[in-house]
Amino acid sequence: MQLTLADIKRGQQGIITDVSSIHIPLKLLEMGCLPGNLVELVQVAPFADPMYLNINGTHLAIRKETAIHILIEISNG
Amino acid sequence: MAKQINVALIGNPNTGKTSVFNALTGLNQKVGNYPGITVEKKEGICKLPRGVKAHIIDLPGTYSLNASSLDENVVIELLLNKNDKDFPDVAVVVSDVENLKRNLLLYTQIKDLEIPTILVINMSDRMTYKGIKLDIPYLEQKLETKIALISTRKNRGIDELKEVIANYKELSVKPCLNASEIDTDYFDKLRKAFPNQLLYKLWLVITQDVNFGKVDRNQIDAIHSFKTKSEADLKRLQQKETIKRYQFINNTLKKGQTIDLNSAKDLRIKLDRILTHKVWGYLIFGIILLTIFQAIYDWSSVPMDFIDSAFASLSEWTKHLMPEGAFTNLIAEGIIPGLGGIVIFIPQIAFLFLFISVLEESGYMSRVVFLMDRIMRRFGLSGKSVVPLISGTACAIPAIMATRNIESWKERLITILVTPFTTCSARLPVYLIIISLVIPEGRFFGLSYQALTLMLLYLIGFGAAIVSAWILNKVLKIRSKTFFVVEMPNYKVPLLKNVALTVLEKTKSFVFGAGKIILAISIVLWFLASYGPGEQFNNAEDIVTQQHALDNLTQDELDQKIASHKLEHSFIGIAGHAIEPAIRPLGYDWKIGIAIVSSFAAREVFVGTLATIYSVGSDEEETIKNRMAGEVNPILGGPLFNFASGISLLLFYAFAMQCMSTLAIVKRETNSWKWPMYQLVIMSAFAYLVALIAYQFLK
Repeated sequence: MQLTLADIKRGQQGIITDVSSIHIPLKLLEMGCLPGNLVELVQVAPFADPMYLNINGTHLAIRKETAIHILIEISNG
Repeated sequence: MAKQINVALIGNPNTGKTSVFNALTGLNQKVGNYPGITVEKKEGICKLPRGVKAHIIDLPGTYSLNASSLDENVVIELLLNKNDKDFPDVAVVVSDVENLKRNLLLYTQIKDLEIPTILVINMSDRMTYKGIKLDIPYLEQKLETKIALISTRKNRGIDELKEVIANYKELSVKPCLNASEIDTDYFDKLRKAFPNQLLYKLWLVITQDVNFGKVDRNQIDAIHSFKTKSEADLKRLQQKETIKRYQFINNTLKKGQTIDLNSAKDLRIKLDRILTHKVWGYLIFGIILLTIFQAIYDWSSVPMDFIDSAFASLSEWTKHLMPEGAFTNLIAEGIIPGLGGIVIFIPQIAFLFLFISVLEESGYMSRVVFLMDRIMRRFGLSGKSVVPLISGTACAIPAIMATRNIESWKERLITILVTPFTTCSARLPVYLIIISLVIPEGRFFGLSYQALTLMLLYLIGFGAAIVSAWILNKVLKIRSKTFFVVEMPNYKVPLLKNVALTVLEKTKSFVFGAGKIILAISIVLWFLASYGPGEQFNNAEDIVTQQHALDNLTQDELDQKIASHKLEHSFIGIAGHAIEPAIRPLGYDWKIGIAIVSSFAAREVFVGTLATIYSVGSDEEETIKNRMAGEVNPILGGPLFNFASGISLLLFYAFAMQCMSTLAIVKRETNSWKWPMYQLVIMSAFAYLVALIAYQFLK
């Protein structure tokens, strides 16, 4: 099964493989959430939502409902 | 005459753009609004080398030129409109050395507009700490610009930046990449259709409709006919454009920037492990809130008592010094107490803005947003609603404006509607004076009862906001996309200069803004209280003297009786008696009634109104508080401000929507009178009901 960003565990790193541009705001793409970029889960709030991520060097938080539209491959951990 | 050039400061949020602005302009700055909208416009003057003067605009922070909010739209409107009087001769893009990659996206977009552009790389003091090295000459060549490496924190590089700005004519206006490669056919057609226009400008105008739809396209109106692509296609193209730009940036930084991760130390991770922790995070947030409330109550009480008594003596002193007459009375009984009602605010407002700006500047506020999102979402709010709800404790007006970065319209609307429930600083004087009258002194675990009551009132305010948000979330049938993206900036020690300027500027604008209303109302009130129609008012002296002819009163006592008889039959007394039946069940007399009615203009008028009414009623040298404590309930006897009526008043002020400025802002932000009218009617009716129940139970 294809992994999404919502499946990533704390401390794991992944590479973004695809983003569904209809579901993802342009702003998130502009902040570096693009195919090929490295992503790491820094911290999760209670109930694992929202997620505090390091995408391509930018630290940001998004909700799980957005994260499921970002496909990744786990690269370590 | 010295030449003046226009400089626009542009940059991502959290890059220290405002610090650069403060460093360049110092105190030569003013804050206004863009015409017709409530976006803050900051401008200032900076002296450059060789007698050149720069007019600097600090544009709202934005991640790109694709606007998704009113604030960001301001940036595009200015950069697309060559005829604007503020159109920049040179753009200064401020970036943060740790987020250079992301910051450069906006830079490449601005370069495409062919405006001379300078790249400022701020926070250079953190380079060694983070193991970052930059090849400046290489970057300057690739990015077709001059780079100013500065640190506002260490005050380094500012003079060099001024030098580069002064020499802006030497800058290249060549774009640093060719974005039209993403769809050559489409852009060729566009170029042929509008040969005299800049390609990127056309593209921006076309795509703004997708994202926002409010660009003023006076010169390029014909572009409407050039809709050859669907919105989804355009969005896909924008994505391609973003990828293209990042490819260029990545290639440039691969050579121009080296990061040695081994020498990088990260305080962020350690701090975040505690501050965003599932338990400790919330605990720390709670302690911070508690400290703020204690500070507002305890620390500011000393300057406030001083201001209160200073104005009482000033009023007395004026009476002695100036010849007797209506004019002296207007000053001593109308204007001075009215002014006192404004000035007494200053310590608390300053404290509040101090805390809020420290929380924002340090980067902690984003962690609170992160921690609270899940909880707030249950109530139909967003984590980002926490910022308006907290800054609503200063004033609802900037708080409602701060809702603009909430992506979902429904969450934003609910936040706007419930924010006025939070205890704004205008309620504070009312709370403080009533608490000091009806809540006993004494301490509980080191916290005074009075401070605890105040904290309880804040909690009631938040509680009312949360509960009504939950109800609104169920009632409102609005479907809107929910996006939530929040940047988690690095922790920073707040810059003293930035904090001081924020506190100074916010306090000033608040005091002058509210001050005008308060002053006008106290003058009107003084007139209404000093004059009246008919026999009862004009012949008050004869009537009272006759009534008490046999009572053997001293002259002082008689004068008091005359004054209060006059007040009762003045215009304001008549109006007050007319509304008394409505407010008596809440435990108030007609004087409080007048204060409540005038507070619908602005809550803070309450204390000033009572001050004006009471100083007309007596001429002894007393503070407002002592006069209020001395008031007697005309029907039941006993002090007018007792526990029951005090609590009832506190609750009334906690819930009632009494602020015309807030209603005006809500109208502007929601674009309809519907929502502010709902707020006015529902909140005030609820306030009346709660105050009624409280008084009837407690009396």
